[in-house]
Amino acid sequence: MSKTIVSMDQVTIRFAGDSGDGMQLTGDRFTSDTAILGNDLATLPNYPAEIRAPTGTLPGVSSFQLHFADHHIQTAGDAPDVLVAMNPAALKANMRDMPRGSTIIVNKDEFSARNLTKVGYETNPLEDGSLESYKVHGIPLTSMTVGALAHLPLSRKEAERAKNMFALGMLSWMYHRPTKATEKFLTAKFSKVPDILEANLVAYRAGWNYGETTEEFSVSYEIAPAPQAKGKYRNMSGNLALAYGLIAGAQCAKLPLFLGSYPITPASDILHELSKQKKFGVITFQAEDEIAAVGAAIGASYGGAMGITSTSGPGVALKSEAIGLAVMLELPLIIVDVQRGGPSTGLPTKTEQSDLLQVMFGRNGESPVPVLAASTPTDCFDMAVEAVRIATAYRTPVFLLSDGYIANGSQPWRIPEVDSLPDLHVDFAKTQENFQPYARDPKTLARPWAVPGTPGLEHRIGGIEKANLTGDISYEPANHDFMVRTRAAKVAGIEVPDLVVDDPDGAEVLILGWGSTYGPVRAAIDVLRESGAKVAQAHIKYINPFPKNLGEVLSKYPKVILPEMNLGQMAMLIRSEFLKDIISFNQVRGLPFSTTELVEATLEVLNG
Amino acid sequence: MAEITLTKKDFTSDQEVRWCPGCGDYSILATMQAFLPELGVPREKIVFISGIGCSSRFPYYLETFGMHSIHGRAPAIASGLTISRPDLTVFVITGDGDALSIGGNHFIHALRRNVDLKIMLFNNRIYGLTKGQYSPTSEAGKITKSTPVGSLDTPFNPVSLGLGAEATFIARTIDSDRKHLTGVLQAATKHKGSALIEIYQNCPIFNDGAFDSIKDGDSREGALLHLIHGEPIKSTTHAVVRKADGDLEMRALSEINEADIVIHDAHRIDPTYAFALSRLSTNDHVLVGVFRDVARPSYGDLVHEQVDGVIAKQGKGDLATLLAGGDSWEIS
Repeated sequence: MSKTIVSMDQVTIRFAGDSGDGMQLTGDRFTSDTAILGNDLATLPNYPAEIRAPTGTLPGVSSFQLHFADHHIQTAGDAPDVLVAMNPAALKANMRDMPRGSTIIVNKDEFSARNLTKVGYETNPLEDGSLESYKVHGIPLTSMTVGALAHLPLSRKEAERAKNMFALGMLSWMYHRPTKATEKFLTAKFSKVPDILEANLVAYRAGWNYGETTEEFSVSYEIAPAPQAKGKYRNMSGNLALAYGLIAGAQCAKLPLFLGSYPITPASDILHELSKQKKFGVITFQAEDEIAAVGAAIGASYGGAMGITSTSGPGVALKSEAIGLAVMLELPLIIVDVQRGGPSTGLPTKTEQSDLLQVMFGRNGESPVPVLAASTPTDCFDMAVEAVRIATAYRTPVFLLSDGYIANGSQPWRIPEVDSLPDLHVDFAKTQENFQPYARDPKTLARPWAVPGTPGLEHRIGGIEKANLTGDISYEPANHDFMVRTRAAKVAGIEVPDLVVDDPDGAEVLILGWGSTYGPVRAAIDVLRESGAKVAQAHIKYINPFPKNLGEVLSKYPKVILPEMNLGQMAMLIRSEFLKDIISFNQVRGLPFSTTELVEATLEVLNG
Repeated sequence: MAEITLTKKDFTSDQEVRWCPGCGDYSILATMQAFLPELGVPREKIVFISGIGCSSRFPYYLETFGMHSIHGRAPAIASGLTISRPDLTVFVITGDGDALSIGGNHFIHALRRNVDLKIMLFNNRIYGLTKGQYSPTSEAGKITKSTPVGSLDTPFNPVSLGLGAEATFIARTIDSDRKHLTGVLQAATKHKGSALIEIYQNCPIFNDGAFDSIKDGDSREGALLHLIHGEPIKSTTHAVVRKADGDLEMRALSEINEADIVIHDAHRIDPTYAFALSRLSTNDHVLVGVFRDVARPSYGDLVHEQVDGVIAKQGKGDLATLLAGGDSWEIS
């Protein structure tokens, strides 16, 4: 039977299953194969809040969404075109996101009366007509996988575990994905357990062959590669990009990298990655708590390393006092805050941008700290290098904001040439007569970085107010006033690039974004412009200090829309700094903005 | 290497010392300034890191590198420094409130890791800087500003706590006894890894006379039982003996045979012996000296061994290779 091949320009697929079903791995592999084919792509994993919720229940559902296209795309897609649901729980948990007419592929074997009852289905949705307006494919994924592996010496349970590879093979056939890389990946992953390797390879190929031979699927789809700039690419998640950026930044500064960290979702992967990179001389220190983590980083910076600590919002709260110390000591330090839903424990596995005011102001006293925010998964690399530049050149703690969305999301990354990275080398203070630890560079206002071990530079620093120049303890009123203003001026004077405005049509409405809203905003702008609307876009990545031209940009637009995954924190900063009214568009659902909601919100302003 | 001929003066900074008159900190400072020249480490390689409290002013008065940090966090900051800079000699200066209350967590974790830090715990059994509240080492029932009818807390025994935290070196000494303090400093600085030194320190303003019973000129020879490796544990009037059931106890010399006095073994790996010793002191009779001194690799050495081991095996990291990864594709 010859099957029809249909060309499409883009598809969004969501893989969903029990947290033990291997959906993240399945999604990752489909993503890698898609990247190799040359589509542009964006991904959105969605982890359950519980580590291992009871099998087959709604809290245990884990999913991975992938949007890929023959053109440049910005987000992981609003609504899936295809849902692969490995059990009734996965179907039920994801149905509300599925538009009518979309395709639903389910593992029919799991739709037993018991499993249906577990998630509150009174009748079988595959049989009761409730899915009539969808294209439903009920496939016995489990039994076919077990059947395909009958020749191997495996228990039934072991054989069943390969069903995700069967599903991956089937979808790979359906979308013409190349298979070599996944076979190579499996071979490496299971090299020590040959039976399991064989099971996964056989299941993967069986899934492919099933797609090709079954009458269940009459059509397969082609999505042509997207035009991309020349170069070498790889798929890159935000947390990995951030870890690489820190290593690259430290290398550019010729400094050893020291990470003090305490495990916390969704930042732990930065600790994991850096702990693997010992060959770069990286030292990672899993501290007893968040405070010790930042304390150790400060100690390392004092000794001449690039001290870094990685955490999320609750960790920042604990680190605040030590960050204030770093402000006073005027030593380099990077605090990476991968934001999650708050307050308190909040939503550990969900995204939010609600730490902005905490990182700006969450310390006692006048305690200015530069704040940077990465805009996309791959931008985490560039902004990490920038964080190293600012921390070292200005001898200051720097906040680098990411969030759960871009930390776990991924996109193709054009691998930079190492030669193109900036030279961030800074000099330590050298042996000299009458050394003054708080004398300043006239341009940057940075004080000398005088590391222990340098003869003649013996001096004492600390959290008590410092006398200008000498760094001795000083309670002098005028000195405190001077030092407070000087520290503020140092941070205010940090050189950051101007804000870039994209406005080809002379728009009156500007959509201003910051941090991880870049992708959704860009996608909305594309949709709006296609429909003939005039909208401008600008995206803030440097929050403290703001780009010098921000005020001027704001003054050009009668209406400025600012979408944020909080209740208006950036809007508050901008209003107070520029006396500019802002039309806030806020949501805190733990999810990124959808393109549709941003388009609708913008149209309301345009038409209002 | 050229001989280092530094004197006490070389380690004395230009800062005016600002403790209350009569504070025990003065004598500890003077002893430290006199000891540092004999340590044989150049000034620039020595770092003092303190937390918050009266004792934490200590670094200002020493002509070395120093940091007066924040309350309780000195062991954490010092850990980051000594792990990344194993060439330095790093002291932590702390007090009973700083180390055992607000900084308790960092204190125990530094000890269990055996980070190469010399932790000098000035124990005056009171909060001095905040003007006289009870501390985690104050005796139960203590009347202070915050406990007008007596404190309810059972105090920590810093030596017992340190042993519970797997400390490899623990000693106790007294602010006013320069010779003894110097001896303990010598032993502590020879030790690789964490060394905890509890120093009984008098606060003349808020807890004056806390240690008078063991400092009095007439009775001190009897009050102090010296812990010297390989020697019997005794004072002029008392000694430590082993009871029939195996427990240790302190007895008057008049009640026992010389031959039954326990011979001190500071190097015993099993910490239960040192722990038993740590429970014997009374208000009038106190064990001083090195309770425990056992060898265990320092945390910093292990960290660098791992890093060096990986580099020896895989070579130095190449940034271009790292960034390229193993799963890339070319667009031409």
